[in-house]
Parts: sequence; structure tokens; C-alpha cells
Amino acid sequence: MTSCFQTLSDYGLRSIGYGERLLPKADITLCEQFVLIGSGMIWNIYFAVLALLLGFFFATILALGKNSNLSLFSAPCRLFIFIFRGSPLFIQFFFAYDLFVLLPRLGFDIDLGFLVVTVETRWLTKAWLGALIVLFFNTSAYAGEIFYGALRAVPSQDLESADAFGFTGIKKFRRIIWPTMLRLAWPSYTNEAIFMFHATTLVFFTGFPAWQQKGDAIYYASYFADKTFNPFVPYPIVGFYFILLTLLIIGLFGLINRRLNKHLPTNERKRLRFNKYNLMR
Amino acid sequence: MFSYCVDPKSLEGLMWLSCYVTTAKHMSFYFSFFVVMGLLSLAAPLAMAFGFAGATASRSTFRIIRSLGKGYLAMIRGIPDIVFFLFIPIALDQAFEYLRHKVLCSDVTEPIRQGNDFVVCAAAKLPLNTSGEWVHDIYGFSLALLAFGFVFGAFAGNVLSGAMAAVPKSQIETGEAYGFSQSQIFRRILIPQMWIYALPGLSNLWMILIKATPLLFLLGIEDIVYWAKELGGIKTGVYEYPHPDWRAWYFGALMIFYLSLTYLSQSVLDKISARLSQGQATMAGKAG
Repeated sequence: MTSCFQTLSDYGLRSIGYGERLLPKADITLCEQFVLIGSGMIWNIYFAVLALLLGFFFATILALGKNSNLSLFSAPCRLFIFIFRGSPLFIQFFFAYDLFVLLPRLGFDIDLGFLVVTVETRWLTKAWLGALIVLFFNTSAYAGEIFYGALRAVPSQDLESADAFGFTGIKKFRRIIWPTMLRLAWPSYTNEAIFMFHATTLVFFTGFPAWQQKGDAIYYASYFADKTFNPFVPYPIVGFYFILLTLLIIGLFGLINRRLNKHLPTNERKRLRFNKYNLMR
Repeated sequence: MFSYCVDPKSLEGLMWLSCYVTTAKHMSFYFSFFVVMGLLSLAAPLAMAFGFAGATASRSTFRIIRSLGKGYLAMIRGIPDIVFFLFIPIALDQAFEYLRHKVLCSDVTEPIRQGNDFVVCAAAKLPLNTSGEWVHDIYGFSLALLAFGFVFGAFAGNVLSGAMAAVPKSQIETGEAYGFSQSQIFRRILIPQMWIYALPGLSNLWMILIKATPLLFLLGIEDIVYWAKELGGIKTGVYEYPHPDWRAWYFGALMIFYLSLTYLSQSVLDKISARLSQGQATMAGKAG
């Protein structure tokens, strides 16, 4: 019987390949379940944070593109948003994985000037890159639609004032339109961020293999549920971790929301709550 | 299917293809699309029922019922739905078997949980070992359906409770002034008026439900994802219809199926939203 600290050092970073190689098989303790599932959360956070960070910028571009008067810009953006919002993420994972498998195994040299990096297409069949790309595209499409909706809802007086003050082009966008767009979109975008964290649980149930049993939280949870034949312990643990994570996101996005609304009179500021009335997804 | 399909190895081109897409396994694949539609048409009303119960409970004057309702509505916002899809069917299955074991085999004294095993007597097994394949299928599908109803019921409950809260207070007060009882106010005033507020959320929910249907695969149902994987995989010469890895094509077909399903729903939604933003002092209103 090892202590819980021992388990923590054995399995705390198991999901990224450090520590004990073999997963616990018999006499599984509560501590082992907590530690290993928590270790798996590293992957969920990795996928969601990177996808959201990259997706934020791509989503802004998609929203602007969709709003463009030139169909040269708006048509591809519309199509992209439609494809990724209109089909299930689950199928997207399968489809992308099977496409990536078909790709010839090539290595591309990317010359960064001081360093040459070899990018290999077989990385695409690994979850850390392939699934990340799917999640990145997916959240870009959803956030793009949210930003587009917000962009269309920017009050026309704001735009007229901007014109009156001589704002044009990039400056008008950066100082007037973009902040207002973000402010209007923020509650829905918070929802999207939470859904993104939840969506990362799908990764290892699709084609992407959990190489050397390095999986996410729910991968280990279902492992324990299979081994102990008792679903009543591991799944509530996953739930516990995700509730903590969700509260953390709401707190973090609430802080940003406060900053976005700083200029408004206090009675017009809205506190950010998880928008339960209109779940945008 | 066709008479010339007896020896597929001798066929080529379109003839081969016509035989290939009409094999018995492909028929099962096509049938599984109906399973998806069946799930959609059954899960939607079930989720509405769960949601309505949840929303009503969260407004109850009894504290226990209220906190139960509120807890039910809140948990879906913090916990990924996949956790419930994995948890509920196996939990329900064990709960049913546990209860049946207690009732049907009360003479068995050994504990049900023995280490890592869950042992119930043969008579308590669900479905019974003696029952046919179709009983197992129906049982599995029903558990999956309950999981869908439970998860989407929580989503729907959130939408409905938001809509109930959006009905103007003065309407309720008017009802009270006319001497309506609480249940009359609920039935005659609150319910009829909440739908207009619930509509955007519910139509959104419909889209989420459509996009959640492939998760049936996680529940061990032989659904479209299962068949796409099965049929698309590499078939060597031992098979009647050998072909390379075609999974990408099959999943591409599934993408198209879902895109057309959501496109139909989306076009209706867009019409409604365009109506609502008409004449508003926004970019959308000005453009329109």
C-alpha cells in the first residue's frame, strides 16, 4: 500500500509520459483515480487553451470576412463557418484523422533563418497536432459566428460618431468597432470557451490513438470504469475536475468582461454569468 | 441485390459499384440513418419532458424539490455531456440489475460487488441471457435514449426556466389580482406566454441535439459511425469486395448528411432572426 504522495509522484504527470509506465491494474485506490484523472486534465487544458488562443484571432478574421461586401472574402468565410458549425465535432475528428492517415508521409523543412525545423505530416495523425487542428478550426468557426453576430449588432451611432471624429480604416476598427464587438460578444464567447473545454473530452474517443496510454481525463476515467466495473467513482471525479475548471473560466472571463465594460456607467455594466438562457453552440 | 452480383470479383466500374453499395452490410448502414432519425424524434420530446420537469422543479416552493431541480439544471453547465453519456447507461444498467437481484434472488447472500466484479444472479440479468439479439439492441438503445433525454433535458430545462423568468411579472400579478390560484397562473398565464421567449434557445438546442447524435457510437450502438468505420476500413483480398482504406470517404458522406440536416434547420432559424432584427438601429438593421 503506497501513500498518496507516492501515487502523486508516480502518476501525476503520467498523461504526458513521465513517471510510472504501467497503469494501476488491481486494487485501484481512490487516490490513484484522483491523481491519474487529474493528470489527464493536462491534455484537456492543453487542447482547449491552445485552440481558444489561436482560434480567437482566426475567428476575428472569419467574422470580418463574413461581413465583407466582397463575395471573394465573404463566400469562403461563410463556407468555413458553415462546414464546421453544421457538422458534429465527433464526425469532424473521424474525418480529419482518416484524411491525415491518407496523406503521404513527408517531411517539410521550414527555414526560420537561424534554425531549420522539419515538419512531418505523420504528426498530423497524432492527437497533439491533428486533434488540435480540428479543435482550432471548430472553435474558430463557432467564435467567428459569435463575433459576426456581434459585429452586426454594433450600434450605428458608434459608427457615425467614429466617422464624425475622422476615424477611418484600421484605426476605426481597432479603436471603435473591435472593442464594442468584443463587449457584445463576450457572454456568448464565454459559453463557447466552456463548451470548448468540454469538447476536448471527445479527442481520444475518435480515431486519434492515445499513444502509450497517454490520454485525457475521460480516457483514464473510462479506463477505471472498465477495470473496476464501477462507474460511480471515476465519472464523478471527472465531473468534479470539470466543475472546478468551469468556475475558473467563468472567473477569468468575468475579469476580462469587467475590463471590456470599464468605460460604461456602473448601472449599465452587466455582470457576466454563464448564459443559461441561450446556449449558443 | 442484383442478379449479376454473384461473382463480384469479375465485375468492374459502375457494375461493381452498384453491387458494392447494395451489400447486406451496406443495407445495415442505410438502416442506421433511420436509427439516428428515430433517436432524434424520440429524444426531442423526452428531453422536453425532462426539461419541463426540471424547470418546474427549480421554481417549486418546496426547498428540497427546488434544490434538486436547480442542481439538475446547473450540473450540465459544469460537466461535459460526454461524461453523462458514458456514465448514465452503465449506471442505469447496474441500478436495474441491482434492484432485480434484490427482489428476484433474495436468497443469494454473496455481495454483488466482489472486488472488481459486479455479480448478479442469472435471473436478474438485463436483458436475460436467453433473450434474442433484438432484445439486447432495444435495451441498449433505450438506455442511450434515456441518457440523451437526461442530458438534453438539462439543456432544455435551462432554456425553459430562463423563459419562465422572462415572462413579465405584471402578467403574473394580474392573474393574482383576478383571483387565479397558483396552478391556474402556471397553466393559463406562465406556460402560454413563455414559449416566445423559449423559441430561440429551443431552436438552438435542436441544432445541438442533431450534432450530438453520432455520440450513439460511444454507447455501443451500431450507428452510422460504427458502420462507416466498419465498411470503410481496408478490405483485403479475402473479402468479396476488396478495397483500400475508404474511411475518409465514408466519414465525408456523414459530414454531408449532417450538413444538409443542419442546413435545413439553419435556414428556418435565419429567417426568424432576420425578422427580429428588422428596423433595429444596428448594422444588420441598416443593411436590411
